[in-house]
Amino acid sequence: MGRFLPDAVSLLDWFADRRKSAPAVRPIQDTEEGDGLWSKCPTCSQVVYRKDLLANASVCAGCGHHHRIDSQERLRLILDPGSFVPMDEHLAPGDPLAFRDRRAYSDRLRDSQRQTGLRDAVVCGQGRIDGLPLAIGVMEFRFMGGSMGSVVGEKLTRLIEAATASGWPVLIVCASGGARMQEGMLSLMQMAKISAALERHRQARLLYLPLLTHPTTGGVTASFAMLGDLILAEPKALIGFAGRRVIEQTLREKLPDDFQTAEYLLDHGFVDVIVPRPKLRETLASLLRLHGVQPQPEAVATP
Amino acid sequence: MARRLLLEFEKPLVDLEEQIDQIRQLARDSEVDVNQQLQQLETLAARRREEIFGSLTPAQKIQVARHPQRPSCLDFVQLLSEEWIELHGDRRGSDDKALVAGLGRLGSRPVLFLGHQKGRDTKENVARNFGMASPGGYRKALRLMQHADRFGLPIIAFIDTPGAYAGRQAEELGQGEAIAVNLRDMFALSVPVIATVIGEGGSGGALGIGVADRLLMFEHSVYTVASPEACASILWRDAAKASEAAEALRITSRDLLQLGVVDRVIDEPSGGNHWAPVKAADVLRQALEETLQELLSLDSETLRRQRYEKYRRIGHLLEDGGG
Ligand SMILES: [Zn+2]
Repeated sequence: MGRFLPDAVSLLDWFADRRKSAPAVRPIQDTEEGDGLWSKCPTCSQVVYRKDLLANASVCAGCGHHHRIDSQERLRLILDPGSFVPMDEHLAPGDPLAFRDRRAYSDRLRDSQRQTGLRDAVVCGQGRIDGLPLAIGVMEFRFMGGSMGSVVGEKLTRLIEAATASGWPVLIVCASGGARMQEGMLSLMQMAKISAALERHRQARLLYLPLLTHPTTGGVTASFAMLGDLILAEPKALIGFAGRRVIEQTLREKLPDDFQTAEYLLDHGFVDVIVPRPKLRETLASLLRLHGVQPQPEAVATP
Repeated sequence: MARRLLLEFEKPLVDLEEQIDQIRQLARDSEVDVNQQLQQLETLAARRREEIFGSLTPAQKIQVARHPQRPSCLDFVQLLSEEWIELHGDRRGSDDKALVAGLGRLGSRPVLFLGHQKGRDTKENVARNFGMASPGGYRKALRLMQHADRFGLPIIAFIDTPGAYAGRQAEELGQGEAIAVNLRDMFALSVPVIATVIGEGGSGGALGIGVADRLLMFEHSVYTVASPEACASILWRDAAKASEAAEALRITSRDLLQLGVVDRVIDEPSGGNHWAPVKAADVLRQALEETLQELLSLDSETLRRQRYEKYRRIGHLLEDGGG
């Protein structure tokens, strides 16, 4: 099941056995597939040269499967080269409950930090798409399943507040199993905190676009993921509030295979548009232009 | 009191009560003066009750919070307000029975009451869906909160749910979206909002009506990010570890006061609210009236700003991650 199955994530265990391990494609090779030069598609089994896969935004040329990508790669795919100015990189998680299950929370944090090079599960900053400025937050699923604790809540809130103050649109790339249980109720309250910041951003008539990627579930779905002025999603991404297994237990009924996919949500009216990853950057640029976002000449103000 | 469900740790109390009853019976049948013995036993019973309820574990508090005879949202509404007009419907095709709302009075002041509603027995619980609200419930709640906002009526919310309903239809109707919109739009309300956790607060389903200027919580209530059962099966990979999870998650009123999530803990009558519902309602009324009085002194802009700042502060992080 690979190390991308987060063992500390709410409501996610079930889909992991459903979609047998789709390891993230990263510019830095790992050894999932032998020598690391080749990658095998988990959906169609086609073997491709990793470089080719990366050149196609990590989307399988054979079947269109969207491989998981990390936050660095996501920023590279979306933003103008060199335009990203990170914010609040120094914010790090504490251990407010001194939480320990089978392992100590502090150990799990240290592992995730070592594995990702990040302090917590979101990267935030300011950047440009085709010269158009925006505030961008990208959740990192490899960091404890993208779970939302105090740091994720605080960084996204600061990001949105900065955008409101500067008149920027906001893009949040969601990938999360929901609230981080190891911080207890402090995690749940981050849902309210981020929603509050979005309310002010909305009052200022600024554009907020969440992009829902695989997977977006739990408390993230029940807060900022569903609060977009327009809601974008990646093909086949799993998006839902409750976990499939939980629902099947309550219902004793088989759910449709495509239940809680981006396509299913689109059919039910909860997603505006599904954007294949190779079209993401140009779609975002169009949307920003259509909403009157003006290009920003060089010299980005450092927050 | 009528036959009631007994929690394991309440049994010593019931044994004592039975003894007291027996002695009373004896006294009635004979001419022996047992007043002194009775008084002793009653004092003892009261002390035992204080001891037991003063040192409940989080897992035991969950049992108290879920007790079928614990006063529910509609029980409190009935005890607090002589006037009560329940209002129905989300205007989108449904009326959720698991989340009720209506107009009444707190003291002499007109208010909107709303809250999750559980049932007392299986039949009622099926009708109420065990207090697990559907998207239509959250949308009804928001519709009426915005109505209250237009007419300047303070909002009094009661939280008592195991969580938002996890079902196929709930997902198809946008359970996540419904809760999310409530979280955002409750920050725009210009009237005072007071939420009280009267039983169990289950995750997003609780928060969906719980964005408030003041969050109150009954002493033995619990409020969780995920149910200890779910948490145990995910983190411990063993649902039987639920009481350990309950301990670790810090779900009690005192814990949450300390973490800055809860603003005020409301003491329960000795033995918990289910032993003395009327007394519990009196204490609740007093807490709500005091809190509301305080909030009514603020203009709406200040109210909204303080609500924002209250949530803005919640969280724990290290400003300098080092390196
Ligand atoms: Zn493929």
